[in-house]
Amino acid sequence: MNLKNNVRLRHTENLLSSCFREIDENIEDIIMRIQDETEGVPVRTVKSFLSKIPSVVTGADIVQWLMKNLSIDDPAEAIHIGSLIAAQGYIFPISDHVLTLKDDGTFYRFQAPFFWPSNCWEPENTDYAIYLCKRTMQNKTRLELADYEAENLARLQRAFARKWEFIFMQAEAQVKIDRKKDKTERKILDSQERAFWDVHRPVPGCVNITEMDIRKCRRMKNPQKVKKSVYGVADETQSQSPVHAPAPRCRKDTKDDMEKEVSFLKTQLDRHCMKMSKVAETLMSYTEQYLDYDPFLTMPEPSNPWMSDDPTFWELEASKDPSQQRVRKWGFSLEEALKDPAGQEQFLRFLESEFSSENLRFWLAVQDLKRRPLQEVPDRAQEIWQEFLAEGAPSSINLDSHSYERTSQNLKDPGRYSFEDAQDHIYKLMKNDSYTRFLRSNAYQDLLLARKKLETDQGRRTSLEKFTRSVGKSLSGKRLTGLMQSS
Amino acid sequence: MGEMEQLRKEAESLKDQITAARKAVADATLPDTVSSTAVVGRVQLKTRKTLRGHLAKIYAMHWATDAKLCVSASQDGKLIVWDTLTTNKVNAIPLKSSWVMTCAYAPSGNMVACGGLDNMCSIYNLKGKDGNVKVMRELAAHTGYLSCCRFLSDSEIITSSGDCTCLLWDIETGTQKTTFAGHLGDCMSLAVPGDFKTFVSGACDFTAKLWDIRDSNCTHTFSGHESDVNAIAFFPNGNAVITGSDDATCKLFDLRSDQELITYQDSSIMCGVTSIAPSLSGRLILAGYDDFNVNIWDSLKAERVGVLAGHDNRVSCIGVSTDGMACCTGSWDSFLPSFSFKGQDNVMRLCKQNKQQYL
Repeated sequence: MNLKNNVRLRHTENLLSSCFREIDENIEDIIMRIQDETEGVPVRTVKSFLSKIPSVVTGADIVQWLMKNLSIDDPAEAIHIGSLIAAQGYIFPISDHVLTLKDDGTFYRFQAPFFWPSNCWEPENTDYAIYLCKRTMQNKTRLELADYEAENLARLQRAFARKWEFIFMQAEAQVKIDRKKDKTERKILDSQERAFWDVHRPVPGCVNITEMDIRKCRRMKNPQKVKKSVYGVADETQSQSPVHAPAPRCRKDTKDDMEKEVSFLKTQLDRHCMKMSKVAETLMSYTEQYLDYDPFLTMPEPSNPWMSDDPTFWELEASKDPSQQRVRKWGFSLEEALKDPAGQEQFLRFLESEFSSENLRFWLAVQDLKRRPLQEVPDRAQEIWQEFLAEGAPSSINLDSHSYERTSQNLKDPGRYSFEDAQDHIYKLMKNDSYTRFLRSNAYQDLLLARKKLETDQGRRTSLEKFTRSVGKSLSGKRLTGLMQSS
Repeated sequence: MGEMEQLRKEAESLKDQITAARKAVADATLPDTVSSTAVVGRVQLKTRKTLRGHLAKIYAMHWATDAKLCVSASQDGKLIVWDTLTTNKVNAIPLKSSWVMTCAYAPSGNMVACGGLDNMCSIYNLKGKDGNVKVMRELAAHTGYLSCCRFLSDSEIITSSGDCTCLLWDIETGTQKTTFAGHLGDCMSLAVPGDFKTFVSGACDFTAKLWDIRDSNCTHTFSGHESDVNAIAFFPNGNAVITGSDDATCKLFDLRSDQELITYQDSSIMCGVTSIAPSLSGRLILAGYDDFNVNIWDSLKAERVGVLAGHDNRVSCIGVSTDGMACCTGSWDSFLPSFSFKGQDNVMRLCKQNKQQYL
C-alpha cells in the first residue's frame, strides 16, 4: 500500500472528498482482493432466528484481513482504513445507517459494483424521493423508515408537490420490479441500495463525503460518465449539469511561447533578490508595528464593538478629531497617512504651509483619474496636464525631464495610466522629503502627543512666542488672585 | 527544430541560474529569524453572529470596505448583502444562473459582482435610482467558469477563470481591456493589494503568479505547492503573498526574495485548504479547510495557535473585515432544501476575538 496514501488515511472522524478522489483506485483494488474467494475474507450465510442472513462477513474478519494483507501492525489503523472504505460505501453494516467499521462480530456486506463511487454518482432528489416512497409501499419491518428518513420524505413531498404523482408511479414500478426477484437476492439488493443512500443522503450527524467542489469535477476520472439517476428517471427541474464541459486542450509549446518563457526567465534572473534574513526581519517589524492595531491580538480601545455592542470605536475612527493612536499610525508610512482622511488633510495643510501642496494635489488628482469612467478620462487628463504640468501651469509640479517627456508623449493618447511615471516620481519626492518633515512638524507632534490645541489657527508660532504667552498668562493669573486676597 | 532545442536549453540554464540565485539569498529561515519574537499565545475567536438565509451551499463572501456590510453568494441562486451587525439582509438579489462561485463588493460600496458556471461576471448596481438592484453589466468573454472577481474601482474589475486566464474589464463599456495569460491550469482565485497596481492569482497548475496590471506581464511565478492553489491573499505589507492549496498546506511567498519563505502545515491536517485571509497585522493567518475547520496560524512561527470548529461542513470562504475586527466564514450544507443539520442551516459565522472565554 502506497505510503503516502497510508498517511493520508490516518485521519479523524470527518471524511474527506479530496481523499476520495485520490485513492479511489487503491480502495477498489483492496475491495476486489478482500472479496476474492481464495485470498479474501470468508463470506457466508448466517442463521438467525427463523431466517438466514446471506452474504455477510464480520467486522473483526475485515480488520484481521486488512492487518494481514496490508501489513498493518496497529489494529486501530486497520479500523481507520476500514472506516474510510465503509464511508465511501464499499462495505456497510447490515443493521445500521452509520458507515464505520467495528472490530467485532457486527455483520457487514460488500457493496454492488453498480453503486461504487467510481461510477461518479450524483443522484438527484427525485430518485431519493422514489426510493423513500417505494420503501413505504412494501410491508417489511426491515424496510421501515427511520425518523430522519420520514422527515426527509415529508420535505421531499412538499418540494415535489407538483410531480408527486409521477414519483409515486415510479416508486410503484420499482416495487413491481423488485417483487420479481429472488427473496435472498432481494435482501442483499435492498441492503446495498440502502447503503448507497446512506452515502449520498447521510444520517444526520454524519458527513456527506460525496460532495465535490464543482470546479474540480471536470478533472474527475470519467467526467462524461456521471450517473445521476438510480431508477432511470431524469429530473427536469435541475438544470443540465454544466460541470462536465470538455476540459481545455493542452497546446504544445510554440517557438513564440518558448521565447516568451526565456524572456520571462531573464527578467526574473535580473531582478534583485533580497536576502531572506532581511525579508524575515521586515516581516517581523511590520507585524510588531501593527500589533496594537490588530483587533485579533490587541483589544481595541474603548472596546471591540462586536463584543460590547458599543460602536464608539468606529465613531472614533471616523471622526475628524483623530485619537493619538490614529495619529501614530500616520507615522508608519506615507501610505498610512494618506489612507486616513484626517491624515491626508493634515499632510495637505502642512504642505500648504511649505508651499508645496501641488504635489499632493497632483497625486490625488491622478488617483481620481484612474477611477473615472473611460469616456471622462481624456478630458480629465488634459485638465490635469493644464493644471500641473503645462507651460505656466498654476500649480506647477517639479518633474525630472525624463518623466516629463514620457508624460507628454502619453498625453497624445490619454489613458488611465498616462501619469503613472509622473505620479511615482512625485510620490517618492513627498515620501523622502516632505513626509519626513511633516512627522517632525509641530502640527503633527502636537496631535501625536495630544498637546492642547492653540486657540487660533494663524499658522505656526515660534516656541519663544508660545513661552511668553504662557508665562504671561500665569503671571496675570497670580496678580489677579493677589488683588482679590488683598482687598 | 534546432531553434526550439536551443531555446529549451537556454530556458533550462536560466532556470538553474535562478535556482542558484535564490539559494544564494536564502541565508536564513523565517523561524530562525523570528525566534526572539514574542509568542502569540492561544487565539480564541467566538461566534458573534450567524447569518442565516441561504438555502444551499455558500461558495463565496466578500466584505465591504465599511467593515459592516458584506455580500455572499450561494448555489440557491442568490446574492445576499448583509448588515452584519443586525444580521439583516439589505439586499437579496436573485441570479439568472444559480451556479455561482464568486462574489465581490466594490470599494465604493456602490456595486457588487458575481459569476460562476455561466462564464460571465455580472455587475449589480446597489444604488440605483428607484432602489431596485438591477444587473448593470454582464461581462462575457471567458470560455471557462468564473472562479473569482475583484473590483479595482467602480470602473474596473479583474476576473479569474477556469479557462486559465484572468481579465481586466472596463465596466462602463463592458469590454475586456487586458488579458493575463500564462497559467497552465484553471485559475482558482485572485487577490488585489492596496495600491491596485498589481494582482496575484492562484491556479490548478500548482503555482501562484503576480501580474502587473498596466502592462499585463507576469512578473513572478511561485511554485512549491503539490496540488491546486485554491486560495490566495496578499500579506498586509503588500510584499508577500499567502496561498492555500489542495496539498493541505499554506505557503508564504515573498516578492522581493522571489521565493517561498515558509510552509504552514501539520501532519494531522490532510485535507485541502479552501480559503485564506490574514489578520490586520499579518501576524495571524486564518485558513478554511475541507475538514470543516478554520485553522489560525502564527504567520512568523508557523505554528497553529487556534481553531474555529463551529461548522458542520466544508468552509468554503473566509474574509477578515478591512478594520481587522471580525472574520466571516461561509460553509456548505446538505443537498436537501431546508434540511436542518444539528440545527444549523447554511450559515455564515462572524467571529471576533474574545479574551475572556476559555474552552
